[in-house]
Amino acid sequence: MSDLRTVPNAVAGPSTFLDDRLGGANFLKRNLRKIFPDHWSFLLGEIALYSFVILLLTGTFLTFWFKPSMMEVAYDGSYAPLHGVMMSEAYASSLEISFDVRGGLLIRQMHHWSALLFVAGMTVHMLRVFFTGAYRKPREINWIIGVLLLTLALAEGLTGYSLPDDLLSGAGLRITEGVAISLPLVGTYITFFLFGGEYPGEDVISRFYSLHILLIPGILLALISAHMVLMWVQKHTQMPGKGRDNKNVVGAPFYPAFMAKAGAYFLFTLATVAGLATFTQINPIWLFGPYTPADVSAGSQPDFYMGFLEGALRIMVPWEINLFGTSHAGTLPLSVIIPALVPMGIIMTGLALYPFLERWVTGDNREHHIADRPRNNPHRTSIGMSAITFYGVLWLLGANDEISANFHISLNVTTYAGRVLIFLAPALAYLITYRMCLGLQRSDAAVISHGVESGVIKRLPHGEFIEVHTPPAEDIEAHVRGKEPVAMLPVAEDPTGIPPKGMRGPVGRLRARMSKAYGGEKIQLDDGHGHGHGDDQAALERSDDRSLTH
Amino acid sequence: MTDNEHEIEQADERVPKRVIGTPAPGTSMLGTAEAAEVEKEVPGVVLPDETKARRAEKIVALCFTITFIAAIAFIISYVVFQVGSPEATGVSNFALGLSLTVAILGLAAGIVIWVRQIMPKYTLVQERHAMASEEEDREVVADTFVAGANESGFVKRKLLRRTLLLAAAPLGLVPLVLLRDLDNSRMPGAKFNQMLRHTVWGEKTKEGKPLRLVVEGTGQPIRAADFNSPGGILSVVPEGYEHDLNALAKATLILIKFRPEELKSGVRQNWTHDGIVAYSKICTHVGCPAALYEQTTHHILCPCHQSTFDAADGAKVIFGPAARPLPQLPITVDAEGYLIAKGDFEVPVGPSYWERGDAEAEARQKGGQA
Repeated sequence: MSDLRTVPNAVAGPSTFLDDRLGGANFLKRNLRKIFPDHWSFLLGEIALYSFVILLLTGTFLTFWFKPSMMEVAYDGSYAPLHGVMMSEAYASSLEISFDVRGGLLIRQMHHWSALLFVAGMTVHMLRVFFTGAYRKPREINWIIGVLLLTLALAEGLTGYSLPDDLLSGAGLRITEGVAISLPLVGTYITFFLFGGEYPGEDVISRFYSLHILLIPGILLALISAHMVLMWVQKHTQMPGKGRDNKNVVGAPFYPAFMAKAGAYFLFTLATVAGLATFTQINPIWLFGPYTPADVSAGSQPDFYMGFLEGALRIMVPWEINLFGTSHAGTLPLSVIIPALVPMGIIMTGLALYPFLERWVTGDNREHHIADRPRNNPHRTSIGMSAITFYGVLWLLGANDEISANFHISLNVTTYAGRVLIFLAPALAYLITYRMCLGLQRSDAAVISHGVESGVIKRLPHGEFIEVHTPPAEDIEAHVRGKEPVAMLPVAEDPTGIPPKGMRGPVGRLRARMSKAYGGEKIQLDDGHGHGHGDDQAALERSDDRSLTH
Repeated sequence: MTDNEHEIEQADERVPKRVIGTPAPGTSMLGTAEAAEVEKEVPGVVLPDETKARRAEKIVALCFTITFIAAIAFIISYVVFQVGSPEATGVSNFALGLSLTVAILGLAAGIVIWVRQIMPKYTLVQERHAMASEEEDREVVADTFVAGANESGFVKRKLLRRTLLLAAAPLGLVPLVLLRDLDNSRMPGAKFNQMLRHTVWGEKTKEGKPLRLVVEGTGQPIRAADFNSPGGILSVVPEGYEHDLNALAKATLILIKFRPEELKSGVRQNWTHDGIVAYSKICTHVGCPAALYEQTTHHILCPCHQSTFDAADGAKVIFGPAARPLPQLPITVDAEGYLIAKGDFEVPVGPSYWERGDAEAEARQKGGQA
């Protein structure tokens, strides 16, 4: 078939109709060929986006059968082992979806898997944005929206997880109650209002249901839309490389290439979720039985994204304070409050504030559209790795009973180790990451100033063997040379030893010191070696070339 | 777009219109190869090699055909494989899931090959513009804002401004007030503590007798003489409340039989009967049932966060995040020899909360005075 010369009538007709009424051509003229830069790490957020779409679709399907009621009924569905057992309508209808609706089990498992993928996708996307500094001006607002999205996703997961009202989901609900009631002053009020009285009451499932299918997804949808619009308006960041700078964006046009790729990527996500739901059983609620507060099964585990909170609860020491003596109100169950609020608070508040703290420390008020390579801002990368380690230790300890059972380690030892590691491991991670970043910067500097090992060994007239180095490929060199020093405040003291204005008070001095440590270029790319670049462009890596080893 | 009356103003219309019988602009009499070459000149757009593209087209077509077949297989599976038993559901899940996965995978793979092998390679460049507006625009907005604020009278008219703020304050509380009845009991918050302090063990049966301890699940009352093997353990619920989840959330017990010499000072001896001790099963950490018991060490372990209690010594905490022992329930036997509750727990069971206070110390003081 020959190529199109004009817009076919089938498209032109409706488009003209729409444009006459909406005037969309002006927008499309500017946006149809909007350029999207390419890098594998830019696809991580899309996983979360597409998982959300799958969640909406599968979740709607589930609502057609699910009954958010805690009314006790005798089960008479087709799962024989539970025949006649008294259970809530919520649990009975979840069993109905699983065993009496064709495709019901598949959709239920897809819903659960895509929920896991949703949070996982958001998390890795957030890490990518963090480590490449893509949250910097002008994208701080979108970063904050992202932090809100992550927090809401946890709440959405928690409310959804509780709905089937099986023994496992009830254990999660019970812990939620235990945490809520521990809060100072308002704890009992929050629990009595949430559960409609004492735990478990008869209302929590229907209340969680309206939060889970209406309120939270509504806010999520609005925030995700805002996230997308801001990304579109501010244009995506790009990795440093040939022809790319802070003033342009290089890549493929939205129509047709990026659109098709994004569509395919949605389908891959959907296929992955469908495949997982086919081959990998998740949350077999019929095995757990109906909820009763009198029972729990050993090895109860929350979904992975709650694991860090679970771990924090497990490694906490048994502290409880009575503020105003014995018989008065004023009990602070620190063994619950601290693990429930502090890790989450540190992580979420830290995330939300980081762009502003960094700007305060570096004084960098420029717009940034080129993503940093993580090595090129070693302190940021180390802080990020520290946070991951902190989260990771808590997360692992959330499964310390499984670790203990599978690796034959004493349970108590895992807890004691966790209490130490939660402080030690992040510090270690910081140091190790910092050294690794500097090492990687040195290796970049070596590639730029000495070239790449070619594998060709040459013997010089006086008998010395050298390896011939060749200059790096053009695109790699451009990528490496995209590095720019981390911004730093003007901290230098004047000749009389007086620090610049604004850095004389205690806060100012701290800021100056932080800026000095955080900012600047740790390893120069070209530090002007007086040797090396011979006629054949081969550089000699000599043992006395200390610039590469210290 | 189709209105060609004003050709003069439109640069692209200066191109001579196509005369019938001549090739359309951009095409060549020599065939498509040359035409493609003309298109190649767009900088940043590299068209793929035509022979490679043709081969890719076949692969894409194969992928799409697989999707077609798999989608039909999905529909057939839906009709053929019924559900109704775990086995049948398993087969149905497998057939539906597999065909769906393959169908979507085929479509996804086809599109990706299409984009990568048939569409051009793009390295197009677009300019970025600073996000900030022009200074001029900002000034205009600022002026407009000030003018509007003045025109509205909001600035000048104090009474208006203050009464508006006054009006907003209680109105903002309305949604919060509306939430008060979320608590169905509608009792004052000060009573929450009273509710949390009591369990149904303080209740009496219809005949006015104390509640018997019955086995969870079967509802059988427990004759003390039959519960006689040391190290034995039972999960126990109150008679008449076997299916009342609200009652069970606080009143579930763990009943353990000891040899008399095993009991240590932490256990209230007069609350036991013949070496049988009853503790609340609800963990004092966050309320999971502390369901695991190790006979040799007398340890009760909560599987949720591994708080460990020494059952032989008043269930005091020996490991984990729980800060308080599991409360002990005073028990005895009735005339027929069945275990009954002597009364309610002396201290609140389950997780701690703000209004709780140090109920244990309070109870000890009371005990000391009595």
